[in-house]
Amino acid sequence: MKMVTAIIKPFKLDEVREALSNIGVQGITVTEVKGFGRQKGHTELYRGAEYVVDFLPKVKLEAAIKADLLDLVLEAIEKSAGTGKIGDGKIFVHELEQVIRIRTGESGPEAL
Amino acid sequence: MKKPFLICVLLAALCGLSATASAEDAVAVAETVAAAAPVPDKGDTTWMMLSTLLVILMIVPGLSLFYGGLVRAKNMLSVLSQVFAIFALVSVLWVIYGYTLAFGDGGSMNWMIGDLSKLFLAGVTPDSTAATFTDGVVIPELTFVAFQLTFAAITTALIVGGFAERIKFGALLVFSALWFTFSYLPIAHMVWATGGFLFEKGALDFAGGTVVHINAGIAALVGAIVIGKRIGYGKEPMAPHNLPMTMIGASLLWVGWFGFNAGSNLEATGGAALALLNTIVATGAAALAWMFAEWKLHGKPSMLGIASGAVAGLVAVTPAAGLVGPMGAIILGALAGVVCLWAVSGLKKSMGYDDSLDVFGIHAVGGIIGAIGTGIFVSPTLGGVGVAGYSMGGQVVTQAVGVLVTVAWSGVVSFVLFKLIDVTIGLRVSEEAEREGLDTATHGERAYNL
Repeated sequence: MKMVTAIIKPFKLDEVREALSNIGVQGITVTEVKGFGRQKGHTELYRGAEYVVDFLPKVKLEAAIKADLLDLVLEAIEKSAGTGKIGDGKIFVHELEQVIRIRTGESGPEAL
Repeated sequence: MKKPFLICVLLAALCGLSATASAEDAVAVAETVAAAAPVPDKGDTTWMMLSTLLVILMIVPGLSLFYGGLVRAKNMLSVLSQVFAIFALVSVLWVIYGYTLAFGDGGSMNWMIGDLSKLFLAGVTPDSTAATFTDGVVIPELTFVAFQLTFAAITTALIVGGFAERIKFGALLVFSALWFTFSYLPIAHMVWATGGFLFEKGALDFAGGTVVHINAGIAALVGAIVIGKRIGYGKEPMAPHNLPMTMIGASLLWVGWFGFNAGSNLEATGGAALALLNTIVATGAAALAWMFAEWKLHGKPSMLGIASGAVAGLVAVTPAAGLVGPMGAIILGALAGVVCLWAVSGLKKSMGYDDSLDVFGIHAVGGIIGAIGTGIFVSPTLGGVGVAGYSMGGQVVTQAVGVLVTVAWSGVVSFVLFKLIDVTIGLRVSEEAEREGLDTATHGERAYNL
């Protein structure tokens, strides 16, 4: 099992969710986050007072998946979240040791 | 056939009688006319009560939201509470001793302050009247008391913008009561009351450029300097937390300002209409001027810039409202829009003070432009209404004296009061409270429980 974490542009979330459901991903968790990467922040001016905003709003999505689905998932996120411009985000893949469905007590791949 | 005849005789007799009677009446009326007190016109009375409500609209929702949107979310309620509480406080103080000190006859001290003859509104009844700018035209005195109450309240409330986000609530209330007593009342008396120093000098201040805006703007600047900068000022971001609130507040200020400026005419006449129109066009010109200047200088036209420009224009046209022509008002507004933008950015940065919400940069600077500009644009050759014995140079000098007296008076009184309060009960909240935010630290509540 794998845990896929992707940081994407907020307005791409719907497309990514759709692409993931189409290939059989059962669920994702989404968080609104802020951060910085290579994309520069911007400045805001209030009556001449300048504030540099370094941390840009992004969406972090997490999906726990079966290992054999990984390539499809990566491809789906890359395609649906990409704009070709700086700031499209990153995908992180982790090993996932255990999954338990709280309601039934099922564990392992059946719990996904 | 007899009946009509009889009626004719009776009518003739009556006519004769009444003719004699009316001749006698006419003599009697002529004798009493000179002594009869003028009766308030219902139209004027209605207009002044409506204007009073409009100025309250400027303060409680208008100024509160304009200021509230500009602070950080953790201090939203503190600013709303401050403005609301000051309005309540000054309302009560005004009817107890404010009105009589501002508009009474102070005898030998009358150049500076009134007397206490109307303490607790003694003698002010629904039948007593206050004079207007036209001989023989009066309004109910209670209306005048209420209208002027709102001016005292908004002036005192304006000051909180200078040291928002760091003042102790109790200290602010003490300051407000004392400043109202020792700065607002004397300046209002000197400018607006018969016998007042600046009034007799011929200084023109239609709706309160000196009394309200310069007075409050200087107090705010002195407060900002005495209290000191906010923790993290210039290092941490202190962006406004809700500009739509600020926009709503600025809009309420604009609408309410028609009561402030056109109401200051005290009568529902063409003079009020002139003040009303000027209050639209000066504001429009100032909003545009600030917007274009900001666009050119900083690259983008901002909503906050448009709203701030509008307020700067409203301030600048306040002393001029019923005295200059609409074209003069446009020039005054445009000038205020550009100069106030410089005051809140360039000037403020180079001087290094932390006037949180730019009360000095907009109200004092805009007020000075308006006060001096009134001396110029009141000129009939420039479309103004003119004043008796007018000369531009002389009037501008008189206006400048009005500005200097107000700046000096408010500056000294404010400085003494702030220092006095600082050494006795302390002006500033603890560092911990300031970082936490005044909403929870001072008021025990949070603006947004999302």
